[in-house]
Amino acid sequence: MANILVNAPKMAKRGDVIEIKALIMHPMETGFRPGPNGQIIPRNIIEHFTATWNDAEIFALEMSPAISANPFVSFFAVATESGTIRLRWTGDQGFAVEEQVAIAVE
Amino acid sequence: MTGLRFGIVLAAVFGASLALAQGGSDKRRSGYRDMGAALQQMQDDDTANPGMLFVQQGAKLWEQRVGTADKSCADCHAAANVSMKGVAARYPAIPSGADKPIDLEGRINLCRVDNQKAPPLPPESQDMLALLAFVSRQSRGLPIAPPDDPRLAAYREQGAEIYARRQGQLNLSCAICHDDNAGKKLAGVTIPQAHPTGYPIYRLEWQGPGSLRRRLRNCLVGIRAEPYPAGAPEYVALELYLMDRAKGMILESPGVRP
Repeated sequence: MANILVNAPKMAKRGDVIEIKALIMHPMETGFRPGPNGQIIPRNIIEHFTATWNDAEIFALEMSPAISANPFVSFFAVATESGTIRLRWTGDQGFAVEEQVAIAVE
Repeated sequence: MTGLRFGIVLAAVFGASLALAQGGSDKRRSGYRDMGAALQQMQDDDTANPGMLFVQQGAKLWEQRVGTADKSCADCHAAANVSMKGVAARYPAIPSGADKPIDLEGRINLCRVDNQKAPPLPPESQDMLALLAFVSRQSRGLPIAPPDDPRLAAYREQGAEIYARRQGQLNLSCAICHDDNAGKKLAGVTIPQAHPTGYPIYRLEWQGPGSLRRRLRNCLVGIRAEPYPAGAPEYVALELYLMDRAKGMILESPGVRP
């Protein structure tokens, strides 16, 4: 399975602005490069990244071929209620992985 | 909390190495100190350092049973944070029963072939780099400590000779850039002193991890010399010399470099 590193606080005060950082291993092959045999290597990128907090979407990102391999995403959210933050990456060649972290808001 | 504590320990280690390097006669600088603050932070944050993705993958491979012996690394070596501590700071070395030095990559493949009865991993393959990153990570914060095996002296000398030898169409030696002109600029980039403190490194330009061998090949191509063929003993000799030159410097693996 994909290698993912997520950095999000486990606890926050209600109303706090928290930063969520996520790093994923992915080649982000542009689809423009020729391989060793001269043929174009088919495009293989992550197209969408979405983050939900208790199933409500809080952040979404569309990626393009110009984004580097192993993309790193960082975004901010306001802590409202305890629950689960789900991060989801989907892309070419049926790529779909999900990672979740629990957060306690008091 | 453990993460925070680890961060503080790490900061203390880097702080100490900084003080050491600035303090006395030691003028050696890790490439880390020539990077911008943003990249330094990237390396220091285990969830932002892309090299840690490969450490994570290496940890999985460590537990994976392979070969006809059906053994994993962990079956013999158990927990890597104990058994592999300091290993990356020591290599290249001469394994018992052999007469030639090998680097960490060679050591991993020797283990695979002899003990796991598995085919060796292709050089610089992603699995090899992941295992290298995982093993090297266990030595982060430790000083580079080359073994004082007298048999290594001849190989180190060979490495030193290659380091000082002019080669390639540009007729440059390693020493001309990394000893005589280190700290000056080469096309906007600060020339580092070439201490192998962070290998395997995640190099942003490569968009992936790379071994010291790849870096050496990269430099050879840069001076328009013909790189040594894959697996050539010259690489190990150079690695031996460079590790000896960086003796006592703190290992940062996995490093991030621009």
